[in-house]
Amino acid sequence: MKTLEDLKKMRDEMSKKISLRENKNGLRVVVGMATCGITAGARPILTTILEEVSKNNLTDVTVSQVGCIGECALEPIVEVYDAEGKRTTYAKVTKDVARKIVQSHIMNHEVVMSNLIQSFK
Amino acid sequence: MLVRAHVLVCGGTGCLSSKSEQIVTRFNEVLNELGLNKEIQVIMTGCFGFCEKGPIVIVYPDEVFYSKVELSDVDAICTEHLLKGRVYQPKVYHDITEEDRSKVTGFSQIGFYNRQLRIALRNCGVIDPFSIDEYIGRNGYEALGKAVTEMSPIEVINELTKSGLRGRGGGGFPTGTKWKFAYNNQASQKYIICNADEGDPGAFMDRAILEGDPHSIIEAMAIGGFAIGASQGYIYVRAEYPIAVERMQHAINQAYEYGLLGKRIFNTDFRFDLEIRLGAGAFVCGEETALIASIEGERGMPRNKPPFPAEKGLWGKPTVINNVETFANIPIILLNGATWFQQIGTEKSKGTKVFALGGKINNTGLVEIPMGTTLREVIFDIGGGIPNQKKFKAVQTGGPSGGCLTSEHLDTQIDYDNLISLGSMMGSGGMIIMDENNCMVDVARFFLEFTVDESCGKCTPCREGTKRMLELLEKITSGMGTLEDIEKLEKLAHMIKDASLCGLGQTAPNPVLSTLENFKQEYIAHVVDKKCPAGVCKELLHYRITDQCIGCGKCKRNCPVDCISGDKREIHIINQLACIKCGTCQTACPVHAIVVD
Repeated sequence: MKTLEDLKKMRDEMSKKISLRENKNGLRVVVGMATCGITAGARPILTTILEEVSKNNLTDVTVSQVGCIGECALEPIVEVYDAEGKRTTYAKVTKDVARKIVQSHIMNHEVVMSNLIQSFK
Repeated sequence: MLVRAHVLVCGGTGCLSSKSEQIVTRFNEVLNELGLNKEIQVIMTGCFGFCEKGPIVIVYPDEVFYSKVELSDVDAICTEHLLKGRVYQPKVYHDITEEDRSKVTGFSQIGFYNRQLRIALRNCGVIDPFSIDEYIGRNGYEALGKAVTEMSPIEVINELTKSGLRGRGGGGFPTGTKWKFAYNNQASQKYIICNADEGDPGAFMDRAILEGDPHSIIEAMAIGGFAIGASQGYIYVRAEYPIAVERMQHAINQAYEYGLLGKRIFNTDFRFDLEIRLGAGAFVCGEETALIASIEGERGMPRNKPPFPAEKGLWGKPTVINNVETFANIPIILLNGATWFQQIGTEKSKGTKVFALGGKINNTGLVEIPMGTTLREVIFDIGGGIPNQKKFKAVQTGGPSGGCLTSEHLDTQIDYDNLISLGSMMGSGGMIIMDENNCMVDVARFFLEFTVDESCGKCTPCREGTKRMLELLEKITSGMGTLEDIEKLEKLAHMIKDASLCGLGQTAPNPVLSTLENFKQEYIAHVVDKKCPAGVCKELLHYRITDQCIGCGKCKRNCPVDCISGDKREIHIINQLACIKCGTCQTACPVHAIVVD
C-alpha cells in the first residue's frame, strides 16, 4: 500500500463484499425455497439473481430466500418488495425471466408483465 | 459463486466462554455438508454488546438476531434458515409483543439497539477483527492517509480540539489540548501510549474494542504519532486480556505487511512503530505516571505531577497517553469532520460514551449512547429495567472512583460535568445497577476493599487511610459501629481525598462519601438500630421462627451447625448465638415460618 488512491481502491472492493451487513432501504427480492421451490429449480434462479445484482452493483438490494408461499404448482416464485412493503409476485420464473426481473423491475421500476402470478390463474 | 449471506458469530470474551468458537466450527461443518459453504460465509466478529443474551449469531442480509445459541441449535439454523429460508423462531430474540413483530424488519430495531449510537463501537460485531481488509472496507486507514498526505500536524490537532473530544478513560481532559502540549514540547524523541489497562471492576469496553476493532487503535495511534511528532507507540494492556493481546498483535503484524506501520507510511517521510507492552493487571497502572514507570521496567507507582507526561513522560521524553475508547473515536472524527462530531452530545461533552451495564439489570452488556442521554433511558429503555419486579435503588458510575446516584437523579443527562456535580464521575464507564436488596454500606465496603487491595503503598494517606476506612466500614457492617464512627469515616474520607498523591487515592473515598450523602439513614440503621435494612450484612441478621411453624423438623435436620431445637409438632427455636446466618433453614421450611429481621 503506497498511496491513498491504492487504499481507496481497496476500500471500494472490500466494501462491496461486506455491504451485506449494512441496513438497506431499497428493494427486497425473495425466492421461494421450500421443497416445492427447490424441486422446481429455485436454486439456479437464486444464483442468477445474485449474479445479476452484483454485476450491476446494486448495493441497496437485498436478496434472500423464504419458505413456501402456498402456490406450489406455480414455483419457482420470486417476489419483489418495495420500500413500503408492497409486493409484486412472479411465478414460473426461468433464468431469463430472473435476469429480466433484475434489469427491468429492479433497475428501471418496470414490472415484467409476462410472469406476474395473475397471468397464470 | 457469489456469497449471498453472512453469518456473524460473536467472538468477544463473553460469548467465547460460552462456546462460540465451537459454534463457528459447527456452522462450517454443517454448511459444508449441505453444500452451502461457498454461498454462505461464517465470520467471527468482536463483541455485539448484548452479552446477557450470548452467544449471539446474526444472519445478514435478513438481519435476524439469534440469542443464547447452543451448539445443538446450529443444525436447525442451517437447515431451516440458511437452506430453506425459514427463520428458526425458537432462538430469535424479541423484546416486543407478538403483533408488533411483523413490523420489525431487523434486530437494529429492538429496544437494546435502537437508542444506541455506535461511534467507538462502529466496527465491533460488524467486521472480522483478524481481517485488515474488512477494516479497510469500512473506510479504515483513510483518516491516517488523509492526515499524513493532506494535513499538517497542527491541522490534525486543531481539528481534534474543535471536535471537543474529551478523554474517555475517566478524567475527561480535552484530547486536542493534550496533543498540543506534546506538540509544543521540542524533543529528539516523543512517544504515544495507548492506555489499555482497564481495571474498573465491571468495565469492559476497552477490551471489546481491542478484541473487535484492533485496527482502529493502530490507525488512531499512528495519527497521534504524526500529530505530536512521535515515531514510537506503545499499547499498554494487561496480560489478563489474552484474546485482546492476540488480536492486537495480529493486527499490528498485518499493518506492517500493508505498509501502514513502519517506514515511509503512504509514501511520506512519516515513520511510526508500534509495540505491545503487557502489564500485570494492577489498577494503579491505569494512572499515567505509574503506567510509564511500568513500561520503563520500574514498579508501577505514580509520581508527582507536574511535570506532566506531555512534558516529561516515558524515559523523560514528551509523551501522550490516551485511553482505548478515546483513540477509537479519532479516525472517524478526522474522516467526518469536527463539525459532525460537535453536533452529537451536550454543550460541554461531545460525542458518545460506552457504558458497561451490570448488576441488577435485565440487559447486561455494552451500550454506546450520545452524551446527554438520561440515566433513566439507559437503565430502563436500553437496559430493560430491573429483574424480578424489584425496585430500583441506586446506580453506581465510575467504578471504585465514582459514586452512587439515586432514583432522584434518574433524569440527569449523562455527561462529565453533570456526574461530577452530583458527586460521582464518568470514570471509564462502568455502570452498576442496584435494587432494593443491595445494602449501600456493603457496596461502599466492597469498593473500598478493592482500592485497599490495589493501593500501591507509595503515599501514606492512601496506604494507611483507606485501610482505616475499611476497618471502620467493617465495624459498621458487623454491628459494632457507633455514630462517632460515621463521623470519623467522613472526616478521614476528606483527608484522603485532599492528601493523596494520585487519582487512585484522591477518588477512593468517593463511594463512601456518595453513599453517606444519599443513604445516610442506612448507615444510621446499622449503628443505632443494629439492622441492615436490605438484609445483606450477615452479622446484623436474625433468623426467627414464627408461630406458623408446624414442627416438621426440616429446619433442624438441614441446619449445618445444629443450632435449632424443638420437639415434633412443637414450634422450633433458633439459638441465636450459634447461628451462622446461612439461610439454609429458611429455604428448607415448607410453610415459610422462618423470617429474617
